[in-house]
Amino acid sequence: MSTLQMKGICKSFSGVPALQGVNFELKAGEVHALLGANGAGKSTLMKILTGAYTADEGEIWIDEQPVVIRTPQDAKKLGIQCVYQEVDTALIPYLSVAENILLDRQVQTRAKSLVNWPRLYAESSEILQRFGFSIPVKKQVDECTLSEKQLILIARAAVQNAKFIIFDEPTAPLSTRETERLFQIIAQLKQAGVGIIYISHRLPEIFALCDRITIMRDGQKIVTTTTASTTIDEVISHMLGKTFAEEFPKVAVPLGEPVLEVTQAKSGKVRGVDLSVRQGEIVAIVGLVGAGKTELARLLFGADRLEAGEIRLAGQNVRLRTPKDAVDAGIVLVPEERRKEGIFVEESVKNNLSVSALAALSALGFIRRGLEAAQAQTLVQKLGVKTANLGQLVGHLSGGNQQKVAIGKWLPTQARLFMFDEPTKGVDIGAKSDIYRLIGNLAQQQKGILYFTCEFQEALGIADRILVMYEGRIVKELLPEQATQELLMFYASGGE
Amino acid sequence: METTRSGFLQLVYKYGTVAVVVLVILLFSLLNPYFFTYDNITDILRSISIVTFVAVGVTFSLIVGGFDLSVGSIVSLTTVISASMMVWYQQGAAVTLLVPIAASLLIGLINAFLAVKIRIPDLLATLSMLYIVNGIHTTYSKGYSIYPNMPMEDGSTAPGVIEPWFLWLGQGEILSVPVPVLLTFLLVLITHIYLTYTKQGRMLYMTGGNLEAARLSGIPVDRYRTLAYVLSALFAGLGGILLAARVGTGQVNSGGSMLMDAVAASFVGFSVFGAGKPNVFGTFIGAILIGVLLNGMTMLNLPYYAYDIIKGIVLALALAVTYYQLRARKK
Repeated sequence: MSTLQMKGICKSFSGVPALQGVNFELKAGEVHALLGANGAGKSTLMKILTGAYTADEGEIWIDEQPVVIRTPQDAKKLGIQCVYQEVDTALIPYLSVAENILLDRQVQTRAKSLVNWPRLYAESSEILQRFGFSIPVKKQVDECTLSEKQLILIARAAVQNAKFIIFDEPTAPLSTRETERLFQIIAQLKQAGVGIIYISHRLPEIFALCDRITIMRDGQKIVTTTTASTTIDEVISHMLGKTFAEEFPKVAVPLGEPVLEVTQAKSGKVRGVDLSVRQGEIVAIVGLVGAGKTELARLLFGADRLEAGEIRLAGQNVRLRTPKDAVDAGIVLVPEERRKEGIFVEESVKNNLSVSALAALSALGFIRRGLEAAQAQTLVQKLGVKTANLGQLVGHLSGGNQQKVAIGKWLPTQARLFMFDEPTKGVDIGAKSDIYRLIGNLAQQQKGILYFTCEFQEALGIADRILVMYEGRIVKELLPEQATQELLMFYASGGE
Repeated sequence: METTRSGFLQLVYKYGTVAVVVLVILLFSLLNPYFFTYDNITDILRSISIVTFVAVGVTFSLIVGGFDLSVGSIVSLTTVISASMMVWYQQGAAVTLLVPIAASLLIGLINAFLAVKIRIPDLLATLSMLYIVNGIHTTYSKGYSIYPNMPMEDGSTAPGVIEPWFLWLGQGEILSVPVPVLLTFLLVLITHIYLTYTKQGRMLYMTGGNLEAARLSGIPVDRYRTLAYVLSALFAGLGGILLAARVGTGQVNSGGSMLMDAVAASFVGFSVFGAGKPNVFGTFIGAILIGVLLNGMTMLNLPYYAYDIIKGIVLALALAVTYYQLRARKK
């Protein structure tokens, strides 16, 4: 029987610690839940285990022997497999089911260079049958459903004689029935002596499935306990931490007229949302990853197409077909994926800060460079961007300063509604409070604010009103005075 | 040690390409006394003027993060059209110039439609266009070059001639500076000012720098990408007209080799003064480098078919410098 141990694992990313001396143990035939809020370090820990990252410090032991995992190949050789949440990143869409299941072996076998198709199909269907899956092995993977793809990944892991399998949010894309099937499969694997690490945000399923629970927070392991000896409430309070006391400089602002009113907005993951924001009001929309927050923000910004519903801006119906329409109407968005969507890393601080207000800085089509530089200088001071000069490439700034630039480009516009999607993600503490202060200032200027976040304490600290989102709907509206993190977590994970 | 080394690399990156151009010129001047004379220099500039037009077009498509493979075929097309307007149809200046220009604008719009609206990856969209336009220009010219007094299908000879004013565009001189060279300088100057100092120029760069961020910053990215393809086709079209004016005939398939040279010039331009991105001034230097190499090698009587080897090596070197530095920058 195998045991896996991770001892004193440390990992930093450009000086910011993501893991600080984490210990973790997984026994054979055990289902071990790994829990933690977003950014607690779960993914980093698992990426170290699967060889995607290398730990700065610490050791991994299997069966009382230290092992070295530097590449994904190393991990697979040791019998560590992962069923990723994003199944598509691990599958090759234009190959058949059979080829995908036996992919690793095909890659690793050097002796034979010819593909034995009959054997390939026979073996893969035998594996699928062993688990009671019914997927045609000749089917092309991009024609498979999400749950079928997941089963293919599980089958692939099993065929490798995996000793340890990581399931990363496996039930997120699954229906109730498919989820039940998955649990049966996990039970089968467990019986066969496979050790399973199970990552999920859905606490009820953790308590139904797992033998032990390890909880992480801020890059540290908080506790490991048997499931039988704890409760959902206790787990939640460990995940959130009681000691978190951040300064939220909240200033009371008199609320004005409604800026934004949304009725029954629908599209893709957003399944009918009503909400409104008034001048000077900060409305937080909280929810777990995958609740549809980002999708809602993009809808309201015209970045994705609205299938049904109405958006009214200052009482006027608006149709937003492109982000340009939204910007012209006075809605702006600071997107979640900063480097991909919010800033131009190869451009200077000055060019980034003027991108949204260039028309106002131009005369007869020519940019008035002096004016542009002066405005950028003012913004840099106002936002507290730490940069050597205005010509500095934004890609070279720290995460927090990049975010300030991403926000700053909207300040010279005449926007009425500011939307922020996870604006403090990957931002250090100092820059965080700068960003809170900035948002508070905008509210004081009677701007409407929509603040999308999965950090509940942020919502409690900054918002005038909190809307909880779950599976594409607003399921609860709370005032910060009434709410607690526990209550928000309760509604955000589907409690009623 | 570390700092001096990276400092040296910085210098190579910033001035490497310009230094190579200067070195090559010095080398050829030493090897052949005729090389560094006014006549030869203007000769070089005249020879690269058309490629520069095409390359500036390619630069525009590169700026928005695209790629236009159809430029060579557009050169072929407008060369043939402009010559035929005079030789076949005896048209005046307006028609002779406007028809090929309209044709290239139309091709640019179709390119944009395919790449921007239908969202075919631009390499593939413009590759299809390359075939289509090549087919059109050979069909139109029936595969023959167009020149005065050429035999027509009905047995007669072509009625028109290539007009003197048209030839002046390609062969004339103002104050002993060749007209095409003046036009090239003008083009580089205007497009440089446009890209560096105007709002639209900045928007083109932002669009290419990060398409999604540009879209989410409220930039009408589809419009700017369309603009880039239209300008790319337009400059290629103007290059084709100049080519007909310089040669004095409408040579069939004359633009085929332009594509590669134009792309090479644009990419060499990335490394000029460490810009790290497409820029018109760099493109011009890239075109000069190619022209100098060709001219010098011809003077040294190197075999013509070996030129591509040298061109390829120069391109690889310039790209190596650019991408090595870009990678280091990202770390």
